[in-house]
Amino acid sequence: MQNLLSLITFLPLIGAVVLLVFLRGDDEDAQNNAKLLALFTTTATFLLSLFVLFGFDPSDTGFQFVEETAWIGGLTYKLGVDGISVLFVMLTTFLMPITIGACWTVKERVKEYMVAFLILETFMLGVFVALDLVLFYVFFEGSLIPMFLIIGIWGGKDRIYAAFKFFLYTFFGSVFMLVAMIAMYMDAGTTDIPTLLTHQFSSEPVRILGLTVMGGAQLLLFLAFFASFAVKMPMWPVHTWLPDAHVQAPTAGSVILAAILLKMGGYGFLRFSVPMFPVATDMMQDFVFLLSVIAVIYTSLVALMQEDMKKLIAYSSVAHMGFVTMGIFAANQQGIDGAIFQMISHGFISGALFLIVGVIYDRMHTRDIAAYGGLVLRMPVYALVFMLFTMANVGLPGTSGFVGEFLTLAGAFQVSTWAAFGAAIGVILSAGYALWLYRRVVFGDLIKESLRSISDMDRREKALFAPLVAATLILGVYPALVLDVIGPTVAALIENYELALAEAGVRLAQN
Amino acid sequence: MISHDLSVVAPEVALAVYAMAALMWGVFTKPGEADRTIVYVTAGVLAVVGLWIAAGEAGTRFAFHGSFVDDGFSRFAKVLILFGAAATLAMAESYLSKTGLLKFEFPVLITLASVGMMTMVSANDLIVLYMGLELTSLSSYVVAAFRRDSARATEAGLKYFMLGALASGLLLYGASLTYGFTGTTLFEGIASVVDQPEPISLGLLFGLVFLVAGIAFKVSAVPFHMWTPDVYEGSPTPVTAFFSTAPKVAAAAMLARLLLDAFAGAVADWQQILAFLSVASMFLGAVAAIGQRNIKRLMAYSSITHMGFVLMGLAAGTEAGATALLIYLTIYVVMNVGVFAFILNMEKDGKPVTDIAALGLYSRREPGRAAALAVLMFSLAGVPPLVGFFGKFYVLVAAVDAGLVWLAVAGVIAAVIAAFYYLRIVYLMYFAEPTEALDGRMPALHGAFLAGSALLMIFGIVNLFGIDGAAATAAAALVR
Repeated sequence: MQNLLSLITFLPLIGAVVLLVFLRGDDEDAQNNAKLLALFTTTATFLLSLFVLFGFDPSDTGFQFVEETAWIGGLTYKLGVDGISVLFVMLTTFLMPITIGACWTVKERVKEYMVAFLILETFMLGVFVALDLVLFYVFFEGSLIPMFLIIGIWGGKDRIYAAFKFFLYTFFGSVFMLVAMIAMYMDAGTTDIPTLLTHQFSSEPVRILGLTVMGGAQLLLFLAFFASFAVKMPMWPVHTWLPDAHVQAPTAGSVILAAILLKMGGYGFLRFSVPMFPVATDMMQDFVFLLSVIAVIYTSLVALMQEDMKKLIAYSSVAHMGFVTMGIFAANQQGIDGAIFQMISHGFISGALFLIVGVIYDRMHTRDIAAYGGLVLRMPVYALVFMLFTMANVGLPGTSGFVGEFLTLAGAFQVSTWAAFGAAIGVILSAGYALWLYRRVVFGDLIKESLRSISDMDRREKALFAPLVAATLILGVYPALVLDVIGPTVAALIENYELALAEAGVRLAQN
Repeated sequence: MISHDLSVVAPEVALAVYAMAALMWGVFTKPGEADRTIVYVTAGVLAVVGLWIAAGEAGTRFAFHGSFVDDGFSRFAKVLILFGAAATLAMAESYLSKTGLLKFEFPVLITLASVGMMTMVSANDLIVLYMGLELTSLSSYVVAAFRRDSARATEAGLKYFMLGALASGLLLYGASLTYGFTGTTLFEGIASVVDQPEPISLGLLFGLVFLVAGIAFKVSAVPFHMWTPDVYEGSPTPVTAFFSTAPKVAAAAMLARLLLDAFAGAVADWQQILAFLSVASMFLGAVAAIGQRNIKRLMAYSSITHMGFVLMGLAAGTEAGATALLIYLTIYVVMNVGVFAFILNMEKDGKPVTDIAALGLYSRREPGRAAALAVLMFSLAGVPPLVGFFGKFYVLVAAVDAGLVWLAVAGVIAAVIAAFYYLRIVYLMYFAEPTEALDGRMPALHGAFLAGSALLMIFGIVNLFGIDGAAATAAAALVR
């Protein structure tokens, strides 16, 4: 299996092409066929990706399953996974069949919908396996096109505004990264990521427009990448596209957006910012901590006041991503372990929460919290699932949400007590908004006339949640499943990071 | 000697002779009888000459005492020009027939303009350069005003002529100053003066500036762009399609030869001028297009933005920059041919429509065409994985490599602004409110150009069809 990663990455694309070329008509049979083919393709991709997971050797901190071919100009088509990316690949392939299952009630332009998701999957997988700067950029930006169309065509009332905001915001962030990538290409003479990971970018101060920039080229490159990943993540204060995009996107779109697309930002920090620009990372640590803590506290407060369920979950995503950035920039074993764990776990939890909103939205066609109440009386199974994920979102021990938050806080505490202290307040606030949401939607008396005939989850919906529930609980009680895979790679990353800092003399100067 | 000279200019001579023959053919047949045939035959001849040049022998050959050069760079540009002209001409027939503009003079004028453009990119002497430029321009003025009874078209033609004449004047003035201060009109001679270690004289600098200004008019670079939207809007659509492809290539390639060959020694002097033209074009094109509802005006501003990127490659002043310029132009021409294949068929009840609002929910009725146009729009915006991105990528690489990081940053910001109006067309087609249906007919040829162009934009990601290698070879022939 020499081309396993290529196969996994492009299998969804092949499925999309088959759908486009061979599926005709728009009657119910054709729609079902489109959905089934998409489900089949994504499931096959997941099964194939299991070979990567089981064939992956965690003790090897380099890249595995590497494949390399010459591409346009001096660029290479190079794929590979290491301990950091392999789980993101798994997260993507694992969630895609569930997402497709969540589209089952869509009736409009089903074929195109499936095609958009399949193409999106190829781009998302490509981001995590690409080992060439430009290849990475192509996948990273390419994912904007299908998502723009998904929000725009199948979205809610204000979908046009949301789609444009999503596209332009993220596009604007990313183009600076493109210039930075080109500058790196010119400096190192290659776009090969493994080579760049060992390349020392200059951190000599430079003068620009009469201002002395400490950290030099590294800081400038760092900032350019930061512009892109911070928007993607999203970090406060450039998070405002996310609530709009989430609210307007269809359920499946929200799931993908929250569960996978946001993780590209965090992955980018781990793949590029921290290992390639260690001096700049060290310089910017406090700044990122500040933004992270503001994100955690501020967006939690904002989430408290939301009337719209999806918006509330969107703000809670921003808050949880605050923990991730804090963990990454703590730059120690617990911090980065926790950040990766938090991203994986948030993938399951936020995906499930958006599905939970989707379940009642399909029935009542509203996301207003005020329109619900007392659902437990009519929908006991739903109430149970909702409770589980509410607790996971809060970070209750025993769920995967706890492990991530705890590790990132532990990591940050070693570097900055204040950051950990601030973020811990966010944990309390998250309990506030999540439990309050649960209380308003599920408990209380069933007084709304329209809710009296609402039905509980059907078999399809239960099947969608089953794997998510299992994943959340298993990772909650046995986090080593994840930590053993990422641990050695993260340890190597930190070792190189410390080494680079020592070489640049930063640590010496501080002591 | 003369036979050698003639063998170098054989393609140009052949085309000029063909233009005369086609003229005779049109004159000596009954009015209207052979018009359609002449259009298609001419398109075929242009394409065949393009193939002839593409298959021609490699190497650099001079003719007429070095005033005309046939090298890899000019051949690359000529092939692009001829294919662009052939494609736009082949697409013109159905539109011209419908609007009653089908006259045999049209293909003849396009052929003459093509001869002029081929001369422009091969010019190795200021006089030859001016000759080629004027042959192209004079033919263009006439085709711009081809719809004689329309006030709009006449205005467009007149405006084009007035401003074009002014630009030619500037160019001539620059050429005479250059001649005065170097004592020669040959690029070689100019280069030997410019290459001397001491800074170039003030007079020569003035000449350079005027030359650049005159040519900037032809590539419609800001601040010499004013004619572009009006001419694009007023001209018949096939003429707009022609203007937005071949002449842009010719003017940019000519400017590249002038600056990278004759004035190669004075990079520091013209780099700032080019950088300014580039930045101004990118931003003005991007910002001004936002308000446009007329798709032809929109494409005019779009072409201004794209020319800004082309000039960024040129501003780099390196071989990588010249390569990027050729790659960018190639991709740009392919995209524009596709987009205009669509615009030519935007009509309602047989009347041409230019308002983009007419595209409301177009994807419902014509999913295939809408998808192709959407691909082209994303490609024009420079969003990967479409090939339009790689055009920008090469230009940015050249700019950063030449130390113009600020220019690259400005370019990507402009690209984001420009993305907005390309996206708006996608938005109109896919998720706006439905509007009255456009007519559904589209000739097979146009469909093929539209689909072909979109498919090229998608599959080019594999290896760009090798144009990067060809462009690098061509650029190597130009840059010393």
